[in-house]
Amino acid sequence: MDHHLEQQAAESEKKAVKLLGMWASPYVLQVRWALAMKGVEYEYVEEDLRSKSAQLLAYNPVHKKVPVLVYHGRPIAESQVILEFIDDAWNHRGDPILPRDPYRRAMARFWARFKQDKLSPPIWRWFTTEGEEQEAAYEAAVEQLLVLEKELAVSGKPFFGGEKVGFVDLSLSPLAYVIPIYEEIVTGGGGGGVKMVTEEKMPSLAAWMGRFLSSPAVRGHLPPLEKLRPRCQAMREAFLVSARAKVEQQQQQ
Amino acid sequence: MAGGDDLKLLGMWASPFVLRVKLALSLKGLSYEYVEEDLRDKSELLVKSNPVHKKVPVLIHNGKPVSESLIILQCIDEAFAGTGPSLLPADPYERAIARFWAAYIDDKMLPALNQSAMGKTEEERAEGKQQSLVTVETLEGALRDCGKGKPFFGGDSAGYVDVVLGGLLGWVRASDELHGVKPFDPERTPLLAAWSERFGALEAVEPVMPDVSRLVEFGKMLKARLAAPPAAGASN
Repeated sequence: MDHHLEQQAAESEKKAVKLLGMWASPYVLQVRWALAMKGVEYEYVEEDLRSKSAQLLAYNPVHKKVPVLVYHGRPIAESQVILEFIDDAWNHRGDPILPRDPYRRAMARFWARFKQDKLSPPIWRWFTTEGEEQEAAYEAAVEQLLVLEKELAVSGKPFFGGEKVGFVDLSLSPLAYVIPIYEEIVTGGGGGGVKMVTEEKMPSLAAWMGRFLSSPAVRGHLPPLEKLRPRCQAMREAFLVSARAKVEQQQQQ
Repeated sequence: MAGGDDLKLLGMWASPFVLRVKLALSLKGLSYEYVEEDLRDKSELLVKSNPVHKKVPVLIHNGKPVSESLIILQCIDEAFAGTGPSLLPADPYERAIARFWAAYIDDKMLPALNQSAMGKTEEERAEGKQQSLVTVETLEGALRDCGKGKPFFGGDSAGYVDVVLGGLLGWVRASDELHGVKPFDPERTPLLAAWSERFGALEAVEPVMPDVSRLVEFGKMLKARLAAPPAAGASN
């Protein structure tokens, strides 16, 4: 295509697609990667979630959250819904995000749900608690991670999506870059700390993490980790402080 | 059936999630073998077909199992795209909206309804009731705004969201007698109340719905089981 026409097409596409997001949100990041995989130009709007814009509230009145993808003025919310939409709307472009076969699509949706329902809760609990509660959460998280490990190992493929990054890889992405940060923080930065995904116990997942981070759509498009770390640390501290205060209160009663 | 599509549904009669799958299969005019599971004594087939969750529904299509009701519905729609009406719209944006509301029903409305009925404390149940009102009213708004005066969430005919919500209708009907609550109160949510009647009366729906009085009995038993203190010395 003529360079001038290409430029025009890209500019008009940018006007048609807008993404409301927040730099630290893994859900927003998944959408950005998906758009990158399809080569879609878009306008990005950074939201301050402590002071939500009128635009965000108008586009997502039900949940008032990011990400919101606005396509020709019409909003779509919820990251999984947005990912499927991107795959649908640009299915003639780039690689498929979801497999084409109905059964394999069902499996992809299944594993994305698994991450949300079975894996994320214990990981979050592990990161925001201490003592016995944290130990129990750690065991629970490892149990679910082993299920994923088996799934990937049995497939023998580099990614959950097969030869290339797909829907499940995007959904699991926080495992690749957030978990190492959590591990550092929980350990307190000292050596010989707690690891959730170890090479001995979960060789396929451990290899997948590195591979995912170096894949074309992801590489170079990570949030600034030096900003993310203190943010995560502050979150853990806030939860611990609040939990300790509750315990103290109960003991005094 | 010469190399035809072999469909087997593992289910439980009272499950709203299983009902969704039955509704979808009925709307699309697909025949299948139904297997009633005893969830306190799960079959080998169920455990083998859904090793991760060991739950119903599981739809086994030509030997390949699919679990999770929303995932099954989409799989049926995609695998049998040529058979009967489509559950999901053709337009990508409309599809996204349908998926959004299905997720809302499962992630926000259902937990609230559950908590209002099965919450362990008076406080929890009251909170659940409050949340239920909010979520049901939001859904009423969705029917009003997205539905645009059409009889169903799917437009002129029942679609994905109708089936997702429709699976809950048995329990919604039983709720009045069980908990003294009408989730789709005709005064508060007239569109949803009208939709319930309309959906329930569809030719493909009516014969598939579970018996409400049987659900009420079952619900009473569940409530009693929850409320009963652990029996001293009794075996479990």
